[in-house]
Amino acid sequence: MSLIQRTAAELADALAAGETTSVELTQLHLDRIAAVDGVVHAFLHVDAEGALAQAAESDARRAAGALLSALDGVPIAVKDVLATEGLPTTCGSKILEGWIPPYDATVVARLRAAGLPILGKTNMDEFAMGSSTEHSAYGPTHNPWDLERIPGGSGGGSAAAVAAFEAPLAIGTDTGGSIRQPGAVTGTVGVKPTYGGVSRYGLVALANSLDQAGPVTRTVLDSALLHEVIGGHDPKDSTSIDQPLPDLVAAARLGATGDLSGVRVGVITELSGDGWQPGVMDRFQESVDLLVKAGAEVVEVSCPNFVHAMAAYYLILPAEASSNLAKFDAMRYGLRVWPEGKPDASAEEVMRASRDAGFGDEVKRRIILGTYALSSGYYDAFYGQAQKVRTLISRDFEAAFEKADVLVSPTAPTTAFKLGEKLDDPIAMYLNDLATIPANLAGVPGISVPSGLAEEDGLPAGFQILAPALADDRCYRVGAALEAALLAQWGGPLLDKAPALEGA
Amino acid sequence: MPEITRDEVAHLANLARIDLSDAELDHLAPQLSVILESVASISGVAGDDIPPTSHALPLTNVFREDVVTPSLTPEQALSGAPAVDEQRFSVPRILGEEA
Repeated sequence: MSLIQRTAAELADALAAGETTSVELTQLHLDRIAAVDGVVHAFLHVDAEGALAQAAESDARRAAGALLSALDGVPIAVKDVLATEGLPTTCGSKILEGWIPPYDATVVARLRAAGLPILGKTNMDEFAMGSSTEHSAYGPTHNPWDLERIPGGSGGGSAAAVAAFEAPLAIGTDTGGSIRQPGAVTGTVGVKPTYGGVSRYGLVALANSLDQAGPVTRTVLDSALLHEVIGGHDPKDSTSIDQPLPDLVAAARLGATGDLSGVRVGVITELSGDGWQPGVMDRFQESVDLLVKAGAEVVEVSCPNFVHAMAAYYLILPAEASSNLAKFDAMRYGLRVWPEGKPDASAEEVMRASRDAGFGDEVKRRIILGTYALSSGYYDAFYGQAQKVRTLISRDFEAAFEKADVLVSPTAPTTAFKLGEKLDDPIAMYLNDLATIPANLAGVPGISVPSGLAEEDGLPAGFQILAPALADDRCYRVGAALEAALLAQWGGPLLDKAPALEGA
Repeated sequence: MPEITRDEVAHLANLARIDLSDAELDHLAPQLSVILESVASISGVAGDDIPPTSHALPLTNVFREDVVTPSLTPEQALSGAPAVDEQRFSVPRILGEEA
């Protein structure tokens, strides 16, 4: 097996054994990007020079016996919604084209402090609004399993980069499923940590009360290793949880032994039925059976208010987004466009013209929706109700977690759909996040683990595991146990079944 | 359920400071109506006795020590500005012609 197909944990071992160097690893991934990203388009910016310099520093540290972390020298890709000092950060939007932040997001600062060379920035739906990356102003990312299909979104770039072996690790952000749903449709692993578990400082906010950065990887253990690098308290984020992370790597290793005796798994009644692709449900049921085989006790739990989660989300998110995106006013940074034929235009006229030229359709839709939901006369009926429904959803979780240690569902209702299929049908697009949204509304952690290929189309499906707030370790334990059981059944990683990409 | 009209969309875009062209209004207004229709189911779900949640986890004010910490230099702060004049953000006129 070539080096780039190995897991991040294996690459760390290979570096430790002197089998390779960080410079070699980084160059191999840059070569892979050069070979396949023309068709995948996972990256908006590749920083070959910077990554190789960081890799050389890692190799020097290794020679001096002064490593910074377990992943020192293993390269990584970062979603373009996190500020990177000296590297362009566009959020997939024309309004930030060419913007180079003067500071690092905390997540990025921690990657640098842990010695991970940063390969570049990955593609995304504009300001993370979408489930397909088709709302990127720079063109969509293509799913490595079928280049005619979506890689999920908003973090389709990060998921595709990892699935196409362009990077062993990546960072995503998840506001309503933007890490987990791309993971599901690309056959990779994605984790949304507990809200507040990973700093949001320097993460360009979509919806502050929902956004959470997390790992995008090919294995559960790799996610745990990365989560420990980026997670933990940050004084620069007032919503950051001021207590230590659980031992996530130990939980993943425990899970990988395959014993789930005493673990209670709750299957969420409401996340199945009409509209759920049969092949996705088959893979889900098979995974549940494997958990039973591993010793878990399975119960069915009802979360009756989850049916209102999507409506609540599409009021709360636009409300927060419309307020957050008000900062793109063409004054301090970002695009400035003068209205045609008006060289003496006022600041407000310039602002209007700039926001019209700089924002795409989906962003405009959500800003207007949010403005509507917050306007007087509608506030109580919409935003106020949505906030109450949020309470009901949290209560559903509390009741469910009394009966079960983790809750499970398919990550997304279908496998990857064709590019363009749902682009102009917002509701159809929004339905992709049906199963992932409740976790964001309640702040609880979730992981998506590949569950296999759906029979009807041969495309990957995902298995979602949710845990109570602060108990992220449970996602890793159960996720690693399922992964181990499925790997034994498949005889190797799911991605071995993905078609070879041209140029590879 | 109030349907959202083309005029209302134009008004909201105005509040949000986005110049929408006629073509954009024609395109977006019906889509917004459909979205609003689909979220309208939420009204009446929760009664008056249900408290609203604005944040997933309970939040309290967070303070730090009142000491100087490193921050951006003026050059860094201005590095992304569309226009700069004498170490300041240079902006279009903010008052109307009649002022």
